Amino acid sequence: MSLLRALLIRREAGIFVMIVLFCLAVGLVKPQFWSLNSLRIILLLVPLILIGAMGQMLVIVARHVDLSIGSILGFSAMLTGMMFKFHPEIWWPLGFVVAIGTGTILGLINGVLVTLFRLPAIIVTLGTLNLYRGLTYIVSDAKQIDRQFVPSALKAMSQSSPVFGIPWIIFMSLGVAALTYLFVMHTQVGRQIFALGSNPVAAPLRGINVTKVTLLVFALSGALSGLAGIMYASRWGFVNPSNTGAGFEFQVIAAVVIGGVSINGGSGSVAGTVLGVLLLGCVAAALPLLGIPGTTQNAIYGAVILVALLIDRTVRQQGLRNLSWGGRP
Amino acid sequence: MTATPRQPVISARGIAKSFATIEVLRDVDLDLMPGEIHALLGENGAGKSTFAKILAGVHRPTRGKLALNGATVEVGSPIVAQKLGITLIHQEPISFPDLTVAENLVLGRHAGGWLSKVPWARMTQDARRMIDLLGVRIDVARPMRGLSIADQQMVEIARALASDSRVIIMDEPTAPLTPKETETLFAIARRLRDEGRTIVFISHRLEEVRALCDRVTVFRDGNKVITDTIENLSDADIIRHMIGRPLKEYMHKQGAQIGGVALRVENLSLPGVFRDISFEVRKGEIVGLGGLVGARRTDVAQALFGITPAASGVVSVNGTAVSITDPSQAIALGLAFVPEDRAAAGIFRSLSVEQNITAAVPGKISWLGVIRHRAEAALAADSVARLRIRLASPRQPIGELSGGNQQKAILARWLLTDPQVLILDEPTRGIDIGVKAEFYDMIGALAASGCAILLISSELPELLALCDRVLVMSEGRLTANLMRGEATQETIMQAAVPRAGVAA
Repeated sequence: MSLLRALLIRREAGIFVMIVLFCLAVGLVKPQFWSLNSLRIILLLVPLILIGAMGQMLVIVARHVDLSIGSILGFSAMLTGMMFKFHPEIWWPLGFVVAIGTGTILGLINGVLVTLFRLPAIIVTLGTLNLYRGLTYIVSDAKQIDRQFVPSALKAMSQSSPVFGIPWIIFMSLGVAALTYLFVMHTQVGRQIFALGSNPVAAPLRGINVTKVTLLVFALSGALSGLAGIMYASRWGFVNPSNTGAGFEFQVIAAVVIGGVSINGGSGSVAGTVLGVLLLGCVAAALPLLGIPGTTQNAIYGAVILVALLIDRTVRQQGLRNLSWGGRP
Repeated sequence: MTATPRQPVISARGIAKSFATIEVLRDVDLDLMPGEIHALLGENGAGKSTFAKILAGVHRPTRGKLALNGATVEVGSPIVAQKLGITLIHQEPISFPDLTVAENLVLGRHAGGWLSKVPWARMTQDARRMIDLLGVRIDVARPMRGLSIADQQMVEIARALASDSRVIIMDEPTAPLTPKETETLFAIARRLRDEGRTIVFISHRLEEVRALCDRVTVFRDGNKVITDTIENLSDADIIRHMIGRPLKEYMHKQGAQIGGVALRVENLSLPGVFRDISFEVRKGEIVGLGGLVGARRTDVAQALFGITPAASGVVSVNGTAVSITDPSQAIALGLAFVPEDRAAAGIFRSLSVEQNITAAVPGKISWLGVIRHRAEAALAADSVARLRIRLASPRQPIGELSGGNQQKAILARWLLTDPQVLILDEPTRGIDIGVKAEFYDMIGALAASGCAILLISSELPELLALCDRVLVMSEGRLTANLMRGEATQETIMQAAVPRAGVAA
C-alpha cells in the first residue's frame, strides 16, 4: 500500500472517528439522538450540501474558490420556479434542464472573469455572489414562488422513497458523488484538475490547457449549484428570493475543508468530502436537540471549521514528515 | 575520424540572446554529437545556462538558427522541445507534488481525449518499468512530495527517456546531491551516452566534468570561447579560458586610513549551509567576498544581519561580542545590509522614492511617532543630490526608476543610518557601466570616511579593483583570504571552484 493511500485512509478515518465520537457524545446527553428518525433528519439535511460540495471540491482542488454558489442556487431555483408558476403546461422534469443550464452559465461567467481577466476567484465570486442575488430579486420582482406552484411530483422526490424510506434526493446526491469520483479519479481531465492545483506554473509546461480546465471547474460548480437549486424547491416546496441559497456557500466550503480538501489546491478526495458533509449534517441535527438556539448555530459552524483546519494542518505536517522519512534511505 | 563524419544531433549557428538591451549571448556556434557527454562551463552569467535554455525552448534566441539532425527547427516552447526530443532537467525538478510518481511520469504524454479513461494499472506498470530501467528504487505509487531531489531528478530522466529524448540537458544537477547520488547519476548518464543519446552537462565542478564528460565548451561574457575534448585541456587551461577577459580599468580606491576592527566573525556556522566562517573587517577597509553561485556568501551576510541567524559562532562589533537575531538589532548596532535581489528584498516598489530612502530611519523624520513630511522630503532630497539619483520627482514610485537608480536609492537608505559596517551583496548586478563607476567612487569614499565594508561580488575585476583583501568562499567554507597583492583572477578562481571533499 502506498504511503499516499495510507495517509488518505488515515485522514478519512480521522473524519469518520470524529463523526462517531460526536454522535456518541450527543447520544449520551440525549439518547433519542440514536434513532432512525435522527438519521432521517441528518440525511435530509445533507443532499444539497453534498451536491454543492462536489463542485466546490473541484474548484478548490484547482486552487480557486467559488463563493457565489448560494446565489447561483437561488437564481436557478427562482428561474425554475417561475417556469413552474407561469408556464405550468411545460413538462416539469424540464425544470432540471433549466436549473442546471442556468447554473452552468452563471458558473461560466465566474470562470471567464477568473481566466480571461486574470482576477482572483475570491474577489470575482464575492462580486457575483451579490450580482446573482440582486438579479434574483430583479427577475422575481422580489416575490416568492409559493408551495402551490411547485409540481407535487417534484416535491415527492424529497418524501417518497424507493427503499428503506430513504427519499430520492438522497440517492441523487450520492449518485452525483459517485460520478464525481469517477470523474476525478478515472478521467484525464479529472487528473489535470489535480495537476493544475498542485503546480499551476508547471501545468502549462506539460500541455495542460489551464484556461479550459479552470472554465470547466467553475462551470461544473455552477451546474451542480443549479441542480441543488431545483432540489431546494423539491425539499422545501418554495423558492424565496432572499432566503433560498443564502449561506449555502458557507456550509459547503465548511464541509469541503472539514473533508480534508487542501485550500492550497492539488489534494482532496470525494470520500473525505462526503464524510465532511456528514459531520456537518450531524452537527446541524444535534444542535436543536441539545437545545442550542438557531442563533448560536453559525458560531458553532465557524468553530467547527477552525478546528478542522487546525487538525488538517497538524495531520498534514505529520504526514509530510513521515513521507520524507520514507523517501530517504 | 571515419570517412563520413557523423552528423551532429544539434547544430547551433549564430545563436544570440538579449534581455531588454543587454546582450547575454553572442553568436554562438556549437555542434552537439550523438553519443557524447558535453560540458558547458563558464563563470556565473557567462551565458551557458541561457544557451541551454534556448536549446530547451525556455528562451527563444534573438538571432541564430538551430538544426536538429540537419533540419532547421523552431524550438518555440518546452513542449515543442519535448516533442523534438530535447529535455532540460532543472536542478530542482518541476513536478506535481500531490500526484503520484507514475502520474508525474506520464502527464502530458497521453493522446486521448478529455474524458478518456486513466489507465491506472497500465500507467503504474509502465512507470515501474521506466524507473527500473534506470536501476533506481522508487515506489511509483507514492506521491512526488517528499521524494529526495536525487529521486526527483531520476523521475525527470525517466520522463525524458519515456518520450525518447535524444538530447538531455542537466543544469547543475549535482549541486544538491550527495556523492553517492552523484555516482548513480553519472552511471546513468554514461549508459545513456552509450545508447547514442547526447547529454549536456552544466557544472561548476571541474573534477566532475573531468570524470564524466567527453567534450567541453567554455563560455565567457556571452561568447563561446573554446570547444575541445577534455583530454586536450588541463584544469589550468579551463580556468584561464573561463576568466581570460582583459581586466577592465576601474577607478582604484583612495587610500583610506585603515583603523581598528569594526566587525569580527569567529567560527560562524549554520549546519548544512556554511561552516567555520572566521574573518574581520577593519574601519576604512573594503573586504571582498568572492565565490561562485551557491557558495553561500549571501547566507553568511543574512546571518550577520540577523535575517537567518547562524546556529553557532561569535560576532563582535567594535570589540564587543553581540547577539544578532533580528535585523532591527543589527541596525541598532550600526550594521547595514544592501541585499542582492532588490526587487524582492530591497525596495517597496509602489512607495515613493522619498519613503524608500527614509524607510530605515523613522526616528530622523518623525516626532512622537508622527512622520513629518517636510523632514522626510529634506532628508531624501539631500540623498538624491549626494548620490546623483536620476528621477522625475522624489514622489514618484521607486519602481519607475532604472535599476541603477533604484540601487542608489537603497544605498542612500542605508547611508542615512550612518552605518559603521556596510554589507553590500552584488551591488552592481544588472547596472550599466556608467552607474557602476559612480558606485565604485561612492564605495571608496565611504571607506575613506571610516566605514567598514564587506563587498560580496561575483565580478572578479570588481573585487580586484576595489578591495583591500579578498575572502573566497566555496560550498559553505572560506577557502582563501587574499591580500590585495596576492589576489588575481586565477587565485580567486582556484579557491572558488569546488574540489572533491570540501563540501560543507
